[in-house]
Amino acid sequence: MTFRKSHPLIKIVNSTLVDLPSPANLSVNWNYGSLLGLVLVIQLVSGIVLATRFSGHSDISFDSVISIYQDSNYGWLLRLVHSTGASFFFLFIYLHIGRGLYYGSYIYPEVWNIGVLIYLILMGTAFLGYVLPWGQMSYWAATVITNLLSAIPWLGSILVEWVWGGFAVGNPTLTRFFALHYLLPFVVTALVILHIFYLHLYGSSNPLGVSSNTNKVSFHYYYSVKDLYVYFVFFFIFMFFTLKYGYSFMDAENFIPANPLVTPTHIQPEWYFLFAYAILRSIPNKLGGVLGLVLAVMVLFLFSISSTQLLFSGTIYSPLARLTFWSLVSVFFLLTWLGSCPAESPYTEVALASTIAYFSLMVIMCVWPHVSTYLYLKS
Amino acid sequence: MFKLFTSKKVAKNLAIGLASASTATGLGLALALNVDLFASDHGCYPAKYPWFHEGMFNTFDHASVRRGYEVYKQVCAACHSMKYTYYRHLVNVSHTEEEAKAEAAESMVTDGPNEEGNMFQRPGKLSDLFPSPYPNDEAAKAANGGALPPDLSLIAFARNNGTNYIFSLLTGYQDPPAGVETKEGLHYNPYFNGGWIAMAKALYDEVIEYSDGTPATASQLAKDVTEFLRWSAEKSHDEKKKLLLKTMLIFPPILALFYVYKRRVFTVLKSRKIVFNPNATGKSTGSGSAHH
Repeated sequence: MTFRKSHPLIKIVNSTLVDLPSPANLSVNWNYGSLLGLVLVIQLVSGIVLATRFSGHSDISFDSVISIYQDSNYGWLLRLVHSTGASFFFLFIYLHIGRGLYYGSYIYPEVWNIGVLIYLILMGTAFLGYVLPWGQMSYWAATVITNLLSAIPWLGSILVEWVWGGFAVGNPTLTRFFALHYLLPFVVTALVILHIFYLHLYGSSNPLGVSSNTNKVSFHYYYSVKDLYVYFVFFFIFMFFTLKYGYSFMDAENFIPANPLVTPTHIQPEWYFLFAYAILRSIPNKLGGVLGLVLAVMVLFLFSISSTQLLFSGTIYSPLARLTFWSLVSVFFLLTWLGSCPAESPYTEVALASTIAYFSLMVIMCVWPHVSTYLYLKS
Repeated sequence: MFKLFTSKKVAKNLAIGLASASTATGLGLALALNVDLFASDHGCYPAKYPWFHEGMFNTFDHASVRRGYEVYKQVCAACHSMKYTYYRHLVNVSHTEEEAKAEAAESMVTDGPNEEGNMFQRPGKLSDLFPSPYPNDEAAKAANGGALPPDLSLIAFARNNGTNYIFSLLTGYQDPPAGVETKEGLHYNPYFNGGWIAMAKALYDEVIEYSDGTPATASQLAKDVTEFLRWSAEKSHDEKKKLLLKTMLIFPPILALFYVYKRRVFTVLKSRKIVFNPNATGKSTGSGSAHH
C-alpha cells in the first residue's frame, strides 16, 4: 500500500483531496464550497494580522484603524482584503445555499444543518467585526441590533444590558465584541471540518440529481486542477474589486468616529444583511420583526426534516419548482433593495408583501419534494 | 416538423430575450429612480466630474494636491482640523523632505513635559500632525455659531460621492430661490443636506496666490483642495493603483495558461461518449461501450 494510503494522518488528506471518488459531471456550481474554504483562510490570515495592530478600546479603536491603513506597511491592503473578503464570503454563501436549494442538497441532513449553522455563526461574526472600527455606522448598528434582544418578553431589557456590559453600547461592548469576533471564526473552521466530513461520508451530489456511483473520477487531478483554476480566477476578480472598488463597499458614515449623540440619517447594514434587515423592518411589531429576522435564516433548517426519505429533491425535475426557486431569488433581490430604502411608504408595504412572499416560497420549496414523492408513490 | 421546432425555439429565445430586456430596463429604471430619491433626501445630487485619479491606472494629480494643500493651509485651516494627517505624509507626495520640514516648522506645537515638568512650545517637525485651529470641539462650536466644522482628514470618504460632493458644495453657493426666506447665520447651498449651511462661501477668484503661478479661479481652488482632501482620505491610493496594474498584467497570462491546462486535464472526461444499445448482442456494439 502506498504511503499516502497507509499513514494515519496523510490518509485522511488522501481520502479528502486525492483519491476521493467524485462525480464526473460537477459544474462550476460545485466550486462555491471550495471557494468558501479559501475565503475563510483569507479572512483568518488577514484578520489575525490586523488584530496584531488593532486596539479594541472605544477611545482609540477608530484611530487605530486609521493608523493601520495609513501608517503600517500594507495595512491598507490587509484592511481592504478583510472588508471585501467579508462581501465575497456572503456572495459565495448565498450562491452555495442557492445551489443547495436548486439541486436539493438538503437530502444529507447533517451536511445541510451544519451548513446552516455555519451561515448563522458567520452572520454573527460579520456583525461583530463591523462594530470594531467604531465609526458611526458601527456604533449605531451595534445599538440597533443589540436592542433587538429587548423584544424578548420578560428578559429583554436584562439581556440587552448584559450584552452591552453597561447601560448603553460602550467600551465593554466593543471589548467583548472583539474577543468574540476573534473566537467565532475558529468555531466556524471546526464546523467546516465537520461539514466536509459528513459530505465525504455521503459523497457530493451532482447536477443530474441521480446517483453518480457508476460515473466517478478521482478528485486529483480532475477537481484539484479545476479548484486551483477557479481559485486563480477568483483571486483575479477579488484583487480587482479590492483594489478598484474596495472603499465602495464601505459606508461613508463609518469614516466618522462613533458619536452617541448624533444618529445617522439612514442606518443600514452592509449589502449582505439587507434582505434580513428589510424583513425585520417590514413587520410592524418589534417582537414580530425580530422573529421574522431569525426565521428568515432558521427556515432553512426546515428543508432537512425527513429529507432522507425523499425520492425527488431540489427543482431539476419540476418546472414549477424551478419557477418557485427563481421567484425566491427575485424576492431576495427585491428585499435586498428594500433594505436600503427609507422605512416609509410605499417601501414598507412592498417590504411586507415581499416578506410574506419570501416565507411562502420557502415553505413551498420545502414541501414540494415531499408532495412529489407522495404523489409518485401513490401512483 | 423541423420548421415547427425551429420556430418554437426562435419564439422561446425571443420570449427569453424580451423578458431579460424588460427586466434589465425595469432594474435600470428602479436604480435611476432610487438614486434620484436619495438625492432629494440629501440635497442636490452632485454632477460627476472627470477626476484624473479615477482612471483605472491613474495616480493623483500631484501638482493639484500641492496646490490643494496651499488652499487648505491658507483658507480651510482657519476653521477645519486634519487630525489624521502628519507633515511626513507630504514628503514625496506634494513636497520634498526639506519643503515639508519647512512647512512643519511654521506651526508651533505644544510638547513636554520638560525636565522641570512644564509643557513648552516648539516649532513643528515632520512627525507632527497638522495643527488644529481649536483646542476642542466646544471651542470650535463656540467660534462658529454653534456649528462644528468637521475634521477634513477623511472627509472625502465620510460623505457619499465624496469628491464630487465637496467640489459641488464649494462651488454651489447661490442666492436662495425666490420666496425662500434667508436664515440668520446660515448660507444657501443646494448641495448641502437641507440647503442651509453654516460655512460661508470661502473660495473666490484670486483669494490666494498659487506658488506655481496657476490662475487661482474659484473653481480651480475648489478642484485642487478637493484633490488634496481625496489624497488625505487615502494616502495609499497611488500604491494601490500600482498593485492593481501589476494584478491586471500578471493574472491574465497565468489564467490563460491554467485554463488550457485545465481543459487538457478534462479532455478525456469531456470527450467521452457512452452508447447504450439494448438490442445489440454482438461484441463490437455491446451495450454501455464507451468511445473516446
